[in-house]
Amino acid sequence: MATHHANAVLPDEPEKATLEGKNKILGFWLFLGGETVLFGSLFATFIALRDQANGGPTAQELFDMPIVAWSTFILLTSSMTSVMAVLALHKKNLKQLQAWMTVTVLLGLAFLCLEIYEFNHYVHLGHTIASSAFGSAFYTLVGFHGGHVAFGIAWITTLILQSLKKGLTVVTAPKFYVAALYWHFIDVVWVFIFTVVYLMGMIGGKVG
Amino acid sequence: MSAHASHAPKRSGLWDWLTTVDHKKIAILYLVAGGIFFLAGGIEALLIRLQLMYPESNVIGAKTFNEMITMHGTTMIFLAAMPIIFALMNAVVPLQIGARDVAFPFVNALGFWLFFFGGVLINTSWFLGGAPDAGWTSYPTLALNQYSGIGVDFYVLGLQIAGLGTLIGGINFLVTIINMRAPGMTFMRMPLFTWTSFVTSGLILFAFPAITVGLVLLMFDRLFGGNFFNPDAGGNIIIFEHLFWIFGHPEVYILILPCFGIISEVVSTFSKKRLFGYSSMVFATALIGFLGFMVWAHHMFTTGLGPVANTLFGLATMLIAVPTGIKIFNWLFTMWGGQIRFNVPNLWAVGFIPTFTIGGMTGVMLSVPSADYQYHDSYFVVAHFHYVIVGGVVFGLFAGLYYWWPKMFGKMLNETLGKWNFWTFFIGFHLTFFPLHFLGLMGMPRRVYTFLHGQGLDLGNFISTIGSFGMTIGTILFLINVVVTANSKQKAPADPWDGRTLEWAIPSPPPEYNFAQTPLVRGLDALWVEKMAGNKGYVPAEPLGSIHMPSPSIIPFVMSVGLFIAAYGFMFHQYVLAGIGLAITFGSMLARSLKDDHGYHIDPEEIEEKGVKA
Repeated sequence: MATHHANAVLPDEPEKATLEGKNKILGFWLFLGGETVLFGSLFATFIALRDQANGGPTAQELFDMPIVAWSTFILLTSSMTSVMAVLALHKKNLKQLQAWMTVTVLLGLAFLCLEIYEFNHYVHLGHTIASSAFGSAFYTLVGFHGGHVAFGIAWITTLILQSLKKGLTVVTAPKFYVAALYWHFIDVVWVFIFTVVYLMGMIGGKVG
Repeated sequence: MSAHASHAPKRSGLWDWLTTVDHKKIAILYLVAGGIFFLAGGIEALLIRLQLMYPESNVIGAKTFNEMITMHGTTMIFLAAMPIIFALMNAVVPLQIGARDVAFPFVNALGFWLFFFGGVLINTSWFLGGAPDAGWTSYPTLALNQYSGIGVDFYVLGLQIAGLGTLIGGINFLVTIINMRAPGMTFMRMPLFTWTSFVTSGLILFAFPAITVGLVLLMFDRLFGGNFFNPDAGGNIIIFEHLFWIFGHPEVYILILPCFGIISEVVSTFSKKRLFGYSSMVFATALIGFLGFMVWAHHMFTTGLGPVANTLFGLATMLIAVPTGIKIFNWLFTMWGGQIRFNVPNLWAVGFIPTFTIGGMTGVMLSVPSADYQYHDSYFVVAHFHYVIVGGVVFGLFAGLYYWWPKMFGKMLNETLGKWNFWTFFIGFHLTFFPLHFLGLMGMPRRVYTFLHGQGLDLGNFISTIGSFGMTIGTILFLINVVVTANSKQKAPADPWDGRTLEWAIPSPPPEYNFAQTPLVRGLDALWVEKMAGNKGYVPAEPLGSIHMPSPSIIPFVMSVGLFIAAYGFMFHQYVLAGIGLAITFGSMLARSLKDDHGYHIDPEEIEEKGVKA
């Protein structure tokens, strides 16, 4: 196998073996810093508007614990499988890396399906982006996160497919590594969404 | 590993400019595009002043006046000042740190093209239903569909695209400065322009996402029926003001910090002295960057946040005067006892110091919340921010352009024309904006298209308009200077100003690989250290070897065109068009991911042909 030969000469921590790789990882961490401000702004907006249901359904009436709990469980698990993928990367085991990344993508897809089902359900209950300020803020924040998940799925799928041909090299290793960073980031954002949007929404009562 | 192509793919003319990933060429692209937008913004300013030359006149009328003030502000901040700063950062920062390239040449090109197409998008509004007319801040509810035309859609989408370009440009410079410094170039040996570019890039990273969110929310309200800013459906317009100024105030420092860096370089070089208080300058830069995020609500004193918030934000604002004062005194102490030469770059720098100080002092006046209730929304504010942004940023950029022009283009700008350029612009500037302080204190409100007879406002407005002619003449003289210089046959030497930093150690303009051998840095003012040690030029840190270069690529251009097309699709609710545009962008991203760029190598023999030190 061609990849087997490549593995034999691959340095340890191949993602940081070249200056390009190091640049990519540092640049991506900084990008995530910018993304943090982006989601921070969306969270602030949501918190300011979350009680403004404009006569439509409120958070307590809408949210349904089991489905959100499943979403959370699935996405947190996918973060763990992406860690397994990075461990495989450090062991220079391409097959394992591809397998764990595939599991990550499938879990991401499951999450996305649940979210689409959930949004569809809310729309039928009269909770839309145009129904109230709460609706606008909800769909923008949670939708932005969902969009990030969708992008991550497409991205990691592309990486898996190109790794079938290119193998694990000092060029492909940093790509997998930053994709894993990205996946953790959207997972962390979800933890905040779960807390701020869903838990605080279900417990109810005005905050501040 | 895969084989590398050993020669540069030969490209020429337009195709070369569309595909370049060379930071020196991207610098020129930024300068040309930013320069054209600067002229557009200048013409808008001139029309504003012509409208206000006499009371109750109707030169352009109220509606066009609103479009002009909106486009003047938006253009000058986002499409002129930002790109010209990026032009100088691209041209100079890699050279100052002894790097062959930036960290992400491809991303660098993408940043330029996103900015460019964002700017073009906004300006096409003039021909497609009217320019944005809700002010450069575009506050809702004024900026919502009920009160504003389609122009605001162009503003919202164009600034999102341009802002994305700026954000990735900022990340590129952060990584470049952290990872690409030559051996020995420690952080505390970096030239001040590099330091200020570094802090500015950090501010870009944390400030731009906030306005992106503000613009996205406004876009949802305008295009997709959102209710963020519709009070009838529970919306809250203050959110936009917060998001705008959480970006907007750091933006002021994003603009001025690199200019502080330019002034530091110029004052030091033309005084033939090491910069006074280098480490305090670095500290002050970082402190200004930090405090710049703590003061946004001073733009909202009259919004009604309450006395506690107003007091805290007022105090934080006053604090910024301390590090800024450190800088002003350091420049003065650098000149003190120096062998000062008044070449054109130094004229701009010396003009900058008192002008910017006046703008800073009115800033401290405005930071007193109770007094601000009086100044707010008057021409006093207009005078203040033009003193810091024209007297600070534009003077600083002119200083930088005259200083680094030989390095960028290989030719010296004409000194005589440069002096005329400076004096007409300098005098014109003060004539234009000094009277506005008094007009503001007399109660003339900003953003109103005319004023009445007999209220004591006639003379000040008349003088101001005459002054704007002076600035116009100054700008035209600069353009003439550029043409004269381009046609002259005289080549600039590598080190025309007896420089102190590494960019003056290599030819003007530098070869595509910048440094044939990576330099070894042995102190602050790396080149000056070698000059004092009796060396000719820098000391190499490595033997001559083959140099790896990134390949040019058309993908950044195509990726940006995709978003440009998609924006029209969203604006006019043509979702097929939007889909095509997004498909082009995402398709380009996919192509970039799948196709590895192995770059090419320049052989040592080739470098030696071009002349190299042993």
